[in-house]
Amino acid sequence: MKYLVIAAGILSTSAAIAEVPELTVYTYDSFVSDWGPGPAVEEAFEEICGCDLKLVGAGDGAALLARVKLEGARSDADVVLGLDTNLTAAAKATGLFAAHSVTADYALPLAWADTSFVPYDWGYFSFVHNADAAAPSNFKELAASDMKIVIQDPRSSTPGLGLLMWVKAAYGDAAPAIWADLSDNIVTVTKGWSEAYGLFLEGEADMVLSYTTSPAYHLIAEEDASKAAAVFDEGHYMQVEVAGKLAASDQPELADQFLSFMVSDAFQSIIPTTNWMYPAVTPAAGLPSGFETLVQPGKSLLLSEDEAASVRDVALDEWLTALSQ
Amino acid sequence: MADRAQPVSPRLGIGAAGLVAALIFGTLAAVALRAESGRGLGSSDWAALRFTLIQACLSAGLSVALAIPVARALARRRFVGRRVLIALLGAPFILPVIVAILGLLQVFGRAGWFSSGLAVLGLEPVQIYGLHGVVLAHVFFNLPLATRLLLQGWQEIPAERFRLAAQLDADARAMRQLLEFPMLRRVVPGALAVVFAICLSSFAVALTLGGGPRATTIELAIYQAFRFDFDLGRAALLSGLQLVLTGAAALVAVKVAVGEGFGTGLDRPLQRWDGNTVAACILDGFWIVLAAGFLLLPLSAIVLAGLPGMASLTVSVWMAALNSVLVAALSTVLLLLLALPMASAVALGRGGMIEVAGILGLAASPLVIGTGLFIVIYPIADPFALALPVTALVNAVMALPFALRILVPRAREVTARYGKLSLSLDMAGWPFVWRVFLPRMRPQIGFAAGLAAALSMGDLGVIALFADPEFATLPLQVYRLMGAYRMEAAAGAALLLLTLSMAAFWILDRGGRWHAEA
Repeated sequence: MKYLVIAAGILSTSAAIAEVPELTVYTYDSFVSDWGPGPAVEEAFEEICGCDLKLVGAGDGAALLARVKLEGARSDADVVLGLDTNLTAAAKATGLFAAHSVTADYALPLAWADTSFVPYDWGYFSFVHNADAAAPSNFKELAASDMKIVIQDPRSSTPGLGLLMWVKAAYGDAAPAIWADLSDNIVTVTKGWSEAYGLFLEGEADMVLSYTTSPAYHLIAEEDASKAAAVFDEGHYMQVEVAGKLAASDQPELADQFLSFMVSDAFQSIIPTTNWMYPAVTPAAGLPSGFETLVQPGKSLLLSEDEAASVRDVALDEWLTALSQ
Repeated sequence: MADRAQPVSPRLGIGAAGLVAALIFGTLAAVALRAESGRGLGSSDWAALRFTLIQACLSAGLSVALAIPVARALARRRFVGRRVLIALLGAPFILPVIVAILGLLQVFGRAGWFSSGLAVLGLEPVQIYGLHGVVLAHVFFNLPLATRLLLQGWQEIPAERFRLAAQLDADARAMRQLLEFPMLRRVVPGALAVVFAICLSSFAVALTLGGGPRATTIELAIYQAFRFDFDLGRAALLSGLQLVLTGAAALVAVKVAVGEGFGTGLDRPLQRWDGNTVAACILDGFWIVLAAGFLLLPLSAIVLAGLPGMASLTVSVWMAALNSVLVAALSTVLLLLLALPMASAVALGRGGMIEVAGILGLAASPLVIGTGLFIVIYPIADPFALALPVTALVNAVMALPFALRILVPRAREVTARYGKLSLSLDMAGWPFVWRVFLPRMRPQIGFAAGLAAALSMGDLGVIALFADPEFATLPLQVYRLMGAYRMEAAAGAALLLLTLSMAAFWILDRGGRWHAEA
């Protein structure tokens, strides 16, 4: 008899759990890790939504898109968070994403008018170096110097692709010449950001491709002011990270609520010191102290998603040719 | 051909080989069928193929060539710390790639110990990036493995043979020709094929140490096809190419590796009269010190880097460690269930195709297997719920080639020597397996299980596609920590991973007892 009571208890609890709607958000790995924004975001959203927010990590941005394509319309995901403007054209072409109606007072250095995707953070790509070393002020100076850099492979890494777009946006048809001149500065090319940053910290290179916000991590989390980001006068390519709702979502209202929450103070104030990027909407309390020390590029570069999609393969071929000599 | 009377049926082994082949080709087919449009192989893919082949041939050749004198020295000498050294030989192989690369660079990099030493002498730093860097790293990973495989070959020469040779006054040269060369002829092709297959599917090592896109391997091209172009057809095509190359290498190895075994001895302690000269002592000492230095320096760099971070490991890292231990345990059991029947079937003369099926696990791209399994599983079950069994199964298949290399020679001997006797005593079937086969195989089973557990612990494999937030393995956690700038904590977690892998290896290998002494 006792067992029946226990069984009934278990059944009723699971029934109670089943009544709480579940919102599934696919994102990249570092977002869901203990040190990323995931845990705090989950707590904050669950306080207001009366739902269970399930964050699922799936590699990085590009792997995320591949995953969504593989799953197609049957996907359990309601929201995909973590694509960037290099991927949004391909993401829209799948027809899997729905329009949103979120508006916000964005702090982005450009006007945002995308109807499918909502930005949640952004940053500038930049070369990070030790603060005591003099840094070049553009790609040509870098190429002429004997400074050693480590970069990521655009075929396997988001920042790697960002650098490809950066050089292309700044130099257009002259990009192959820049790459050819840079080739003797490049110590090596790594699979992902972690490998490259690890090599830089080990002293294998003078500079590493990362973000202007990277020194903020060292400053705020480690109280170490020894890292700085170089400002290039060609301008800096931006990465804008976005989220979108899947058309086949079985929780469309919750998904909309999540996208609105994403540009609210509760979400945006978590971003700077967990994702180490600029929030898309400046929180009411401002940026955390330490962010004011970060360098500000004079000019921001960003190819539109269609341009990005159309120059991508050409730029990759140029890169491969220049560095395979 | 009518079945001969045999102590055990090869059917189980053939079934297991079929299962492995079905997994590998099934997932490949699933990916190929899911492909929409796409282009075939371009010139850059052929360049990748060329680079892959060159570096894999060089790496395999050099690893095995260096392993011969090292294994010979280890087989001839008894010294304090020998067991520990042999156990540590397993270490480089099981490290997550990123950790091993950082360890290697700490020693050989631009700012590494080696270059700093040269700078003191006023010399230029060593230039590690390039084809030679790729080969160096692959030798670091595979020399220990090749050494273990060859060492086992030496241990399978019964002590009585050396005793007889010494009684007949055979000198070192004669012993080489009578005993060691025939043994090497049987063991080296298999070791070459295994290392070749491992290097064939290298990606992050080749790219990072190769110094740029010149060092593009097939595996990187697969990765690119999958995530940059989302061209599943090309990913499947490239993966098929990898399978063909490995399959060909395995076939050649099976054909070339001929020669009879030496039979079994009475497990007497080994004495090598040919190793008593001063010159032989110096030579063996040289090789042991060289190999130990080459392997232990990067390992100590990893340990030194990890110690500060060990103190600050979070609960999630320990949870991930627990998950990794679970995966390793399950995968070891699965491995033995696959490998033992396959090894006994090979021993019964059903070799060829089973051995080839066994080695394919190495050639299959983890990305393609993972994606294929995902495509197959997704419509019928929740991939997250299956994260643990799927990871364990794939890891078991990837460890299969090593297990077979370890198990097959011994299984041949056991069946050859005790098979007829057991049949005449009417001990076929399970009694033979329980009372004769498994007890005689114990050391090899221990070694194979230890290697599988350690490999499985360190492998990222297919987990990426199946990873759910509550189920992270330790290697994945290392990557996540690095991705969140926590390099020190990542180094600590990597040291934990290294320790756990070594412990698993040590316990299982010791469980098999005396084989490292004989």
